Amino acid sequence: MIKLEGLTKVFKGHNIPAVKDLNLEVNEGDVCVLVGPSGCGKTTTMKMINRLYEPTGGKIYIRGEDALQMDPIKLRLDIGYVIQEIGLFPHMTIYENIATVPNEKQWPKDQVKEKVDNVMSLVGLDPEIFKNRYPSALSGGQRQRVGVARAMVSDPPIMLMDEPFGAVDPITRARLQNEFLRIQERVDKTIVFVTHDIDEAIKMSDTIAVMREGELVQHATPSDLLSAPADEFVSNLVGRNRSIKRLHLIRVSEILEEVDRAPALKEDTKEEEVKKRLDESDIRTVIVVDRDNKLKGVIGVNDLKRKTGEVAGDYFQEVSDTVTDDATLNDALSVMLEIGEGYVAVVNEDEKYQGTITLGDLLNVVREDS
Amino acid sequence: MDQLLGMAFDAFRAAGNGIESIAQAGDRGIIAHTIDYISRRSDLILELMLEHLWLVILTLIIAVTISVTIGIIISYYESLAQTVLGICQVLMVIPSMAMLAFMVPLFGIGFTTGVVALVLYSLLPVVRNTYTGIRELDPAIVEAAKGMGMTERRILFKIKIPLARPVIMAGVRTAAVMMIGIAAIAAYVGAGGLGELIFSGISRGHQPMIIAGAIGVSIIAIAFDYLLYYGEKRFSVEGSTREGN
Ligand SMILES: Nc1ncnc2c1ncn2[C@@H]1O[C@H](COP(=O)(O)OP(=O)(O)OP(=O)(O)O)[C@@H](O)[C@H]1O
Ligand SMILES: [Mg+2]
Repeated sequence: MIKLEGLTKVFKGHNIPAVKDLNLEVNEGDVCVLVGPSGCGKTTTMKMINRLYEPTGGKIYIRGEDALQMDPIKLRLDIGYVIQEIGLFPHMTIYENIATVPNEKQWPKDQVKEKVDNVMSLVGLDPEIFKNRYPSALSGGQRQRVGVARAMVSDPPIMLMDEPFGAVDPITRARLQNEFLRIQERVDKTIVFVTHDIDEAIKMSDTIAVMREGELVQHATPSDLLSAPADEFVSNLVGRNRSIKRLHLIRVSEILEEVDRAPALKEDTKEEEVKKRLDESDIRTVIVVDRDNKLKGVIGVNDLKRKTGEVAGDYFQEVSDTVTDDATLNDALSVMLEIGEGYVAVVNEDEKYQGTITLGDLLNVVREDS
Repeated sequence: MDQLLGMAFDAFRAAGNGIESIAQAGDRGIIAHTIDYISRRSDLILELMLEHLWLVILTLIIAVTISVTIGIIISYYESLAQTVLGICQVLMVIPSMAMLAFMVPLFGIGFTTGVVALVLYSLLPVVRNTYTGIRELDPAIVEAAKGMGMTERRILFKIKIPLARPVIMAGVRTAAVMMIGIAAIAAYVGAGGLGELIFSGISRGHQPMIIAGAIGVSIIAIAFDYLLYYGEKRFSVEGSTREGN
């Protein structure tokens, strides 16, 4: 979708290139995150893609077409752009700001209105509340949402997002990231995303391009980047807790298939069977479910000793927390630490029991790649 | 020490009283005469005021059109900017009498000469403010507009000019007030207006005439400044929301 070949930019009066011989390919529907320290050329690279900066050398292909030969206005109208400084127009309302590109494209008024309303809801801004406000009457996080909405309103196949969540506190940032991922799942755009936060890069990306002093150091999937950093610079960038970061990448459902644990017990199971299953269990605990496979609780060795009834349904303990199968392993780990157990039960969105994940399983995942 | 201070204080007071009484004696006569003059010649004064106003408005329209255009052009050509601003600066510091004298051989005596001279005079404030108003816009705003695919023309009319407008208008106000004063001198080359009153007052030694002319000029200047200021404020709905972002 986007292909950069030997892309180079030397600013007038500079000796050192801001971007040097950059080769990078981003596939359709992928989120490619450019990451690297301040001044490494991320913004410069991005501005060459929409031709705000003319490259000193190299080629840019968009869907196989030479972008440097295209009419820059047409090119830009089809590339959503979120500028690092947000750059909302202070003399225009939020509505007018977001309607910029549709108006440039001369869409009919009704259609513009509908799209603006849609995209505002999509990024979590109530159109009725915010439409007629001016940018100065918005918080930093709200402005960033407007910036993102403005870039995506005309549904461009490609988006360039330069630190779109830069100016907000960590909690708002995490929320914006999750919203972004949720939206991206639906719209499936080709996105170049800049950040200098490696955690954000790992979370948001299909591939990560690490840059340093204008050069591409490594372009890989986040998982490859974590398990095989190209050099010391990259491994320093991803930091010491690589294994823990890796847990961000894997969903619970993925390892549930691999761990082969005995199925849960029904409520009417008799004592002998419970005892047998407890002896076999690696966590000395069994899960109890009802007839519809809904999670009821757990039985540990002590519960069996102090049993208050004949069948399993009489003496299980309730569990205080579970994870859903689309959570990450990192979420699973957090829950285990919170409930103070070496395991956590996994349920799907209908609360049907899916399986159990243990600390040991997580250790295996971490061990595999180190 | 105290004595010394006391003496100084007394001296001051005496001097003050003296000046005051002299001024009062003189003023009373002049004021009475001027009021008398104004009420007698109100037709003439009003006519000259309208003439003055017409000269200023016409000149202002021409000057603002030219200056804003020049200001916009030099905002795109940085290398031209300093030269152009330098020329405007020079034009403005030429003494008004000299400027008018230069114009006479070119345009003869009359209204046109006055207009041309006034236009040349008032270039600087508007050219300079248009130029800096556009130049000093937040580059991120312009870049965002460009990055989204707006053409340079649309950026100019939808982004740059609206955002620079308050600065440009400040230049227009400066130019207008300056022009109203200099327009009085333009009567010297037959451009008409309140200057005629002042000049004939001087040549005849008729003080009430001079003062009536000066008052007329001041009223026009203050009214203009006020109108332009509040006009601009009311015109810009978002006046209070410009900063931020
Ligand atoms: N318009 C410009 N003119 C001259 N030099 C520039 C310009 N823009 C960027 N540079 C230089 O190019 C280099 C790369 O800058 P760039 O903005 O691409 O960095 P970045 O990776 O986006 O950094 P950050 O994370 O701080 O945004 C820097 O050394 C910068 O000073
Ligand atoms: Mg940057």
